[in-house]
Amino acid sequence: MWRWVRQQLGFDPPHQSDTRTIYIANRFPQNGLYTPQKFIDNRIISSKYTIWNFVPKNLFEQFRRVANFYFLIIFLVQLMIDTPTSPITSGLPLFFVITVTAIKQGYEDWLRHNSDNEVNGAPVYVVRSGGLVKTRSKNIRVGDIVRIAKDEIFPADLVLLSSDRLDGSCHVTTASLDGETNLKTHVSVPETAVLQTVANLDSLIAVIECQQPEADLYRFMGRMIITQQMEEIVRPLGPESLLLRGARLKNTKEIFGVAVYTGMETKMALNYKSKSQKRSAVEKSMNTFLIIYLIILISEAIISTILKYTWQAEEKWDEPWYNQKTEHQRNSSKILRFISDFLAFLVLYNFIIPISLYVTVEMQKFLGSFFIGWDLDLYHEESDQKAQVNTSDLNEELGQVEYVFTDKTGTLTENEMQFRECSINGLKYQEINGKLVPEGPSPDSTEGEVPFLGSLSHLSNSAHLTATSLRTSPESETELIKEHDLFFKAVSLCHTVQISNVQTDGIGDGPWQPNLAPAQLEYYASSPDEKALVEAAARAGIIFVGISEETMEVKVLGRLERYKLLHILEFDSDRRRMSVIVQAPSGEKLLFAKGAESSILPKCIGGEIAKTRIHVDEFALKGLRTLCIAYRQFTAKEYEDVDRRLFEARTALQHREEKLADAFQYIEKDLILLGATAVEDRLQDKVRETIEALRMAGIKVWVLTGDKHETAVSVSLSCGHFHRTMNILELINQKSDSGCAEQLRQLARRITEDHVIQHGLVVDGTSLSLALREHEKLFMEVCRNCSAVLCCRMAPLQKAKVIRLIKISPEKPITLAVGDGANDVSMIQEAHVGIGIMGKEGRQAARNSDYAIARFKFLSKLLFVHGHFYYIRIATLVQYFFYKNVCFITPQFLYQFYCLFSQQTLYDSVYLTLYNICFTSLPVLIYSLVEQHIDPHVLQSKPTLYRDISKNGLLSIKAFLYWTVLGFSHAFIFFFGSYFLVGKDTSLLGNGQMFGNWTFGTLVFTVMVITVTVKMALETHFWTWINHLVTWGSIIFYFIFSLFYGGILWPFLGSQNMYFVFIQLLSSGSAWFAILLMVVTCLFIDVVKKVFDRQLHPTSTEKAQLAEAHSSVKCLDSVCCFPGETPCASVGRMLERVIGRCSPNHISRLWNASDPFYTNDRSILTLSPMDSSTC
Amino acid sequence: AMNYSAKDEVDGGPAGPPGGAAKTRRPDNTAFKQQRLPAWQPILTAGTVLPTFFIIGLIFIPIGIGIFVTSNNIREIEIDYTGTEPSSPCNKCLSPNVTSCACTINFTLKQSFEGNVFMYYGLSNFYQNHRRYVKSRDDSQLNGDPSALLNPSKECEPYRRNEDRPIAPCGAIANSMFNDTLELYLVANESDPKPIPIPLKKKGIAWWTDKNVKFRNPPGKESLEEKFKDTIKPVNWHKAVYELDPEDESNNGFINEDFIVWMRTAALPTFRKLYRLIERRDDLHPTLPAGQYFLNITYNYPVHSFDGRKRMILSTISWMGGKNPFLGIAYITIGSISFLLGVVLLVINHKYRNSSNTADITI
Repeated sequence: MWRWVRQQLGFDPPHQSDTRTIYIANRFPQNGLYTPQKFIDNRIISSKYTIWNFVPKNLFEQFRRVANFYFLIIFLVQLMIDTPTSPITSGLPLFFVITVTAIKQGYEDWLRHNSDNEVNGAPVYVVRSGGLVKTRSKNIRVGDIVRIAKDEIFPADLVLLSSDRLDGSCHVTTASLDGETNLKTHVSVPETAVLQTVANLDSLIAVIECQQPEADLYRFMGRMIITQQMEEIVRPLGPESLLLRGARLKNTKEIFGVAVYTGMETKMALNYKSKSQKRSAVEKSMNTFLIIYLIILISEAIISTILKYTWQAEEKWDEPWYNQKTEHQRNSSKILRFISDFLAFLVLYNFIIPISLYVTVEMQKFLGSFFIGWDLDLYHEESDQKAQVNTSDLNEELGQVEYVFTDKTGTLTENEMQFRECSINGLKYQEINGKLVPEGPSPDSTEGEVPFLGSLSHLSNSAHLTATSLRTSPESETELIKEHDLFFKAVSLCHTVQISNVQTDGIGDGPWQPNLAPAQLEYYASSPDEKALVEAAARAGIIFVGISEETMEVKVLGRLERYKLLHILEFDSDRRRMSVIVQAPSGEKLLFAKGAESSILPKCIGGEIAKTRIHVDEFALKGLRTLCIAYRQFTAKEYEDVDRRLFEARTALQHREEKLADAFQYIEKDLILLGATAVEDRLQDKVRETIEALRMAGIKVWVLTGDKHETAVSVSLSCGHFHRTMNILELINQKSDSGCAEQLRQLARRITEDHVIQHGLVVDGTSLSLALREHEKLFMEVCRNCSAVLCCRMAPLQKAKVIRLIKISPEKPITLAVGDGANDVSMIQEAHVGIGIMGKEGRQAARNSDYAIARFKFLSKLLFVHGHFYYIRIATLVQYFFYKNVCFITPQFLYQFYCLFSQQTLYDSVYLTLYNICFTSLPVLIYSLVEQHIDPHVLQSKPTLYRDISKNGLLSIKAFLYWTVLGFSHAFIFFFGSYFLVGKDTSLLGNGQMFGNWTFGTLVFTVMVITVTVKMALETHFWTWINHLVTWGSIIFYFIFSLFYGGILWPFLGSQNMYFVFIQLLSSGSAWFAILLMVVTCLFIDVVKKVFDRQLHPTSTEKAQLAEAHSSVKCLDSVCCFPGETPCASVGRMLERVIGRCSPNHISRLWNASDPFYTNDRSILTLSPMDSSTC
Repeated sequence: AMNYSAKDEVDGGPAGPPGGAAKTRRPDNTAFKQQRLPAWQPILTAGTVLPTFFIIGLIFIPIGIGIFVTSNNIREIEIDYTGTEPSSPCNKCLSPNVTSCACTINFTLKQSFEGNVFMYYGLSNFYQNHRRYVKSRDDSQLNGDPSALLNPSKECEPYRRNEDRPIAPCGAIANSMFNDTLELYLVANESDPKPIPIPLKKKGIAWWTDKNVKFRNPPGKESLEEKFKDTIKPVNWHKAVYELDPEDESNNGFINEDFIVWMRTAALPTFRKLYRLIERRDDLHPTLPAGQYFLNITYNYPVHSFDGRKRMILSTISWMGGKNPFLGIAYITIGSISFLLGVVLLVINHKYRNSSNTADITI
């Protein structure tokens, strides 16, 4: 029992052993010597709450937030001690906030319950007691044999037992798991593959041993021990026999599988563990401000408490005859009284920390994020993808980006591979119009673009080949053909491409249609390179037509050849190559390897290594992606050795990966180089412009790619990441620590020597890891001074590491990572903002990202427009919130000086409660949703404006101080304005009657509500009808509410302090004049500051606003905007500008010259003609 | 916590292999969704603000002058009768063992007071806004609620019960009600010593709503004394609540206007409360002609213990209330500053323009 409790609480790991043992169909051994392992059921629980625990659990979760907890404490303090304000004043807003959040979360959880029920209640067929039983998905237990029909989704992680095919294979698509749309083949163990009926399966006695559940989708290790005729057969199980929950059965009529992981232990469920929460810079400064305000609050409370005791030291103040204490108050202990006084002041001033700030910020983020998805400019017509927001917490962070890390393939490029060139046996060929043409220095080949291996008909005739102008002797001709043949065979055999064509299902049985054109075959590949290569091979006449029963079928020059597929040595990013071992029709066993040149060439012992290397470098210089192809022929003895090693490695239960890696290492050696391929990846639309714009916005762009150095550099050049004018520094091929350091120092020196030109840095993966290990500081120093950095040959984890390094560097810049593939996920999650490109490499990146867009070019609108807007909006929202609460509470504090620090409130409780949630909440919320301080087109066309908000400028301490001081000065004006108005307490009414303290407070409050609302109006640059409605509506609502509230004697209220107070106030002419005076005075300060700032040190945004405003008038009458104009007197010009007719032409022209950053930036200078042409 | 949605499983994520529905995910092209709502986009520039500054200046200065003049035309005289100075006639009343002390203070009106004249009493250093004091009342009781009458709110402690009977009206505010009596006499002329008493009206000094709605005597047909028979008067009071104005039944009990005025707690420790009205007689004679007056005081209210002061104020009233130069001065000041800043801005704008013109040339 105790253990169960501990397990539930998560103290003990639920599983003690390393492996789980599953008895298929739960046929446990007859001897009683086993302890059955306990497995959880197949229920998916995504909901957080049940009906019973909703209230306590939800409350607990909500009060874990510091702000909520703070207000709870305040509320409890109010309940406990005798406080100036009724507990309702803080209890009601807290209740409101908590209820709204609880309703939202409850609704979301209800939706989750519904979908859980739908999933858990889905019908499934399970083999039980010799028959097929229909049951619900949630009833599947580990060990059950489940039947799945075509196009159904697997309800649990199953080990494939058999399918309707003889070889026990089936096809699945894992689109909903990792987004890969290609079909994957899964195979069963031969012993179970024959058990294709329920009856047969009933006879199966087998045990599966496998690892405990883990999240990695592509890792599964286990073995199946099958007992047949008293004999135990052990078979390895790998990922290829595991069918994952969430995947879908395709092209296969039905399969049987045994459930190994169920419910929350399935790989899919494990993969949806919550991601780490990212917090935006704004949120961090918000918390800093909160702490500052907490300090202000506490110091105000302490000051008040101390002053209270100094003032009340004498009895005539503490307890005058007219205001006696009760016995109880007199007798309470001094310390207790002191503490309770302190708490009372705390309660009195607690509104300085706005409870509604969090609710408003959250609403703003949630509602505001819709605009991204709605934006037509971020919608990609071809792929029908709109931008997708996965988290709304980071909207404003989009406006703060300082570093952009981008993947290359699929992000900058289309990831649409086109086979371009190849090098076969030291000769270069180019594909032109589907035909291979030799290229290179051979002078005789200039005769023309003679089709070589071009079409089937030509190639059937070898005489025709001789007639071609290849400069080869007759002996070498056959050799040549053989090499070509082998090269393309290697290309068409060494891959994991699938053919999804129903017709091809039956290849093995029926006669092959020789005239089936290759175009009719649909290849599906997880890697577009492979697809491009197989298609190229098909165009060259060696057509891959299908895999069936461990046989790869290739049509060579119209002749069908069958290769027995013996082993696949899968691709992995560490090895950077893959191989297949096949048995040729002639019986020889061959290994074909394909991979990055750095991983193939060192393993080669034969072939034209040197020439190929040169060719590969040439390809890379053109920006092509290169792969080297090599082969190895096994002798029978060698193969036996290889086969045995592979088998051992694959069946190993422990350290299987290491063992496999060793085995691969052993096998993939002594290769003979066949050649290399070059595939082009087209750049995406407008990549150059986007990178240019990013740089103008002051964002440093780093390209991180797995490609080789030359390819990466040439792509960088073509996409504008590197300029021709840039000084390219290189830190590559560093083998030793000291060498790396030396090189870094040299680079740093070069940078300091000439600071005029821009620098670009190229680093490769190995040098990077060296540089990061020992010389972080030096490396960062170099990087910071480079305007463009290119990292090539990067492993996925290295990408994340680079980002982390930049993140923790002293400036703590905000980073953004863009990527499209699974290999970018780690970097997307590491960066402050992760952007996924919804590309061809599946949805994994998009799913793990914070925002997903369809094209790289959308980044500019996302950052410069949406990011800018969100930042301005939320920054103003946060500052304004603190401002308005300073305005709110400071008069209360000041009032204490006039009421003997007795904690008398200035405002009525209802006003205290409603100030933040009714009177002043809507204008700022609407502002923070629709504000556009400048036209979006201007923002996009002038990326430099992005610099105006960099480094969290609007939330800097200076800006914060300004707002706070403004708040305090406004508060002083409200309070002392009212104080002097009352003066020696003369009457303010025409009938000589007097006001009391509540009227005084209401006067302050009214001025405050109006001022604070109009202050928001002053911040607003974009007045839609909604802004008008809520701004003026708020003020009107305040008046109507106050009239109503003061017009009735409220039966349930204890005191009727406010009865007719507001109406009496409004019936006083002096009060109206005073309100007008105070509002104008308050705003006067702010307006003067704004105008002087704009006039004396305008930011570029402000200039752009002006330019925009005037360009919209479009100086039609050219007299006043023509620069050479003289007759206008300056006052006259002034007046014309006031009227808005004359466009200040010089402003936009002045712009570039006055900004210091741009002087060295060539890219900016090129833009200046455009700017000056606006007028 | 789990962040996993079972829905993903059902939906199968994105559109898998091609061939889904022809439904497009294209966002709607509406002004709201594209953030293209028609909007007015004002920018605060020197150009747009300058006229505002001038306008504010031009409007505020005349208003200020008007208010200032109005305020200056108001006559006001303040007479301190605390009696702390030994020379003061009321000095004798300070000693605590003198009960029901009366004193007289002479003063001269140099100018006559025209129109309605309002008589206030003023107290200083009296913290009517002390929290313990402000809340020490029971509005239900004052509204005539019979149950609250007999069982006043706890807030009234320690002025809730006395001698086991509920206090009516309960609380510190009521208990400390001002109880000096002030009478005003005009010395008609030097030779004739017989002074003319000035008629003081004691109704119309409280807010109409307070008198008629907020404050009510307990319901019932019996006499006031009967209604309050189970209660006891506040400790400091000399007479019960139903004896506050024996002459006028409609100004007695909780609806006594002196009482209501007192119950409206003042905002600041120095305050005035309206005491009596001196109504204008006719257009020919000033309400209070210039001359010698004396104030007869029945000195009951002790303020000496907390260094308080007591004053009597006579004031005429304009539409904007009593004499208060602050508002007028403030308007004139703000108006002038605004006007001045407008000029400064004009100059700066002019200079800025010139400097930017030179910068233009250097490009």
